[in-house]
Amino acid sequence: MVHPTVAVLERNLALYRRLWLASAFSSFVLPVLFLVSIGIGVGGYVGTIGGVDYLAWIVPGVMASTAFQMAIGESTYSVLGDFRWVRAYHAMRATPVEVRDMVAGWLLYILIRVEIAAIVFLGITALFGALHSPWAVLTPVIAALVAMSAAAPVMAFAASIEHDSYFALLFRFVMIPSTLFAGVFFPVDQLPQLVRPLAYLSPLWHGVELSRAATLGVAAPWPIWAHAGYLLLCCAAGLTWAIAAFRKRLQD
Amino acid sequence: MPEQPLIHARALVKRFGDFTAVDGIDLDVAPGEAFGFLGPNGAGKSSTMRMISCVSMPTSGELRILGMDPVREGPKIRARLGVCPQLDNLDPDLSVRENLTTYARYFGLSKAESRRRADELLEFAQLQDKAGSQVEPLSGGMKRRLTIARSLVNEPDLVLLDEPTTGLDPQARHLLWERLFRLKQRGTTLVLTTHYMDEAEQLCDRLVVMDGGRIVAEGSPRSLIQTYSTPEVVELRFADGVDYAGKLEGIGRVDPLPDRILLYADDGDAAVSEVHRRGLTPSSVLVRRSSLEDVFLQLTGRTLVD
Repeated sequence: MVHPTVAVLERNLALYRRLWLASAFSSFVLPVLFLVSIGIGVGGYVGTIGGVDYLAWIVPGVMASTAFQMAIGESTYSVLGDFRWVRAYHAMRATPVEVRDMVAGWLLYILIRVEIAAIVFLGITALFGALHSPWAVLTPVIAALVAMSAAAPVMAFAASIEHDSYFALLFRFVMIPSTLFAGVFFPVDQLPQLVRPLAYLSPLWHGVELSRAATLGVAAPWPIWAHAGYLLLCCAAGLTWAIAAFRKRLQD
Repeated sequence: MPEQPLIHARALVKRFGDFTAVDGIDLDVAPGEAFGFLGPNGAGKSSTMRMISCVSMPTSGELRILGMDPVREGPKIRARLGVCPQLDNLDPDLSVRENLTTYARYFGLSKAESRRRADELLEFAQLQDKAGSQVEPLSGGMKRRLTIARSLVNEPDLVLLDEPTTGLDPQARHLLWERLFRLKQRGTTLVLTTHYMDEAEQLCDRLVVMDGGRIVAEGSPRSLIQTYSTPEVVELRFADGVDYAGKLEGIGRVDPLPDRILLYADDGDAAVSEVHRRGLTPSSVLVRRSSLEDVFLQLTGRTLVD
C-alpha cells in the first residue's frame, strides 16, 4: 500500500510535470548567469580571495543560496494557494492523509527540485574548474539541509497568513538580505562586528560555509558539527512549526 | 438485532467561540439509507456534515461514525468515507483523470487500481471525453460531477454530499440527481445537505429539518408533508395590497407572505371555489401539491430559499 506521504509527493510531482521546462531552465540557468557575470566579470577585478580565484570562491555560495532561494520560493505562493484557492489540503484532509504527510510530501518535492538543480550545478562548475576538493560531492547534501531549514519555517509562515502580500516582506527582509550578507559574495568578516550575528542566524550562512569548506577543501569558520547542527536545528524547529501551523489552519 | 447505524449522534454540539452552530442533535443513519439535512443557510447543516466527515471535532456530545470514534480513529474512518464538500477543491492544473488517480492514491490504492477506478468513474460522471482536459475550463456541472466521482474513488461505505447541486443550472442538477439516484439504487448510503426541497424530495428516504442548530422535524418527505401540511396548497396573489387574510378565514390555514397568501387545504379546487364564492378576486391563483417548503414554513415561519 502506498504511503500517504508518497501519494502527496506524487500529486506535487504531477503538478510540476506541467511546468518543469520553464522552472528547470530558471533553476540552473540563473545561477550559471550569476557565476558568469559576478564570478568572471566581477572576479576579474577582485582577483583572489583567501588564496583562490573569486569564481571558485563564490561557487559554493551561489549553490547554497540557489537551494535557499528555491526552497523559499516553492514554500510561499504554492502553499498558501493550496490552502486558500485550490484548497488541495482540504481535499487531502478528507482522506486518510494526515497533516504530517502533507508537510512531508511538499518538503520531499522541494528536496527533489533542489537536488536536481544542485547536481546539475555541481557538474557545470566542475567544468569551470571551480571545484578544488573531492569533498565537493557532499555539497548536494548540504544544499538539502539548507533547503529544508529554509522551506519548513517558510511553509509554516505561508500556512499562517491570509494574504500573499506578506511574502513581499519575507523576500525583502529575509531572503534578499540573507543572500546578500550571508557570505555568498564576500566573507562575513567584512561586515561590521555589530551586524555579524545576524548573518550567523541565517541558515544560509552555515550552508555557505559548509559548502565552501567542501569545494575548496579548507576549514570552516566554526566546527563542522556546529554548522551542521545549527542547520538540523532549523529543520527540526521549522518542521514542528509547519506541522502545528497546518494543523491549526485545517482544524475547526 | 438491528444493523449498527453508520452514523450515531447524541446531544451533538459544535461551537465556534460564542456561536453555537449545532445545538445538541440526535441522529441515526442506517446502512443503505439516503438521508438528508434540509434547512436554510446557517442552520448548522454543514457544521454537522463536517463533524461526520471527521474533519471538524465535536465540542461535546457523542458521535460514532461506522462504529468508530472520530477523535481517535479519524484516518481509519476517513478511509471508508466519500466526501463531496460544499466548495469544489479539485486540482485545477491537473487533468480530469489525474484528479481521480492522485486522489485514489491518497487512499493507498495501487497505480493500476487507481487507473481502473478512474476509468469507471469517468464513465459514471460522463466525463470520458474530458479525461485529458484540465479542470479549470470545465463547467460548474462538470466540476461538481468530477468532485462527486472523486468522492467515490475508495468505494466508500458512506457518501457525504454537502449541497451537491447549489449554484447549478436545472439541466446540470437533473443529471446529477440521476447519477445520485443510481448510487442509491446500488445500495450506497448517502447523506446530503440541501436547501432545496425538491432535491430532498427526489433523493431522500428520510430527512431532518434543521433550524438554528437544532433538528425541528424528522421523517420521510411524505410523512413530514402529511404531519405538517395539507395535501394541497393554494397560492393567491392580490393586485391591490389590501389585507385579505381575514377574509379567507375558515377555508383552511392561512399563511400571508409578503408577495402572496398561502391557503392550506385538503382539496385545493374546493378552496378556490370558496374564495370566489366570497366575492374575492385574486389576480392569480395556483393550486399545487404541498411540498417540503410548506413544511419548513410551517415549522419555522420562514421560507427556505431567500
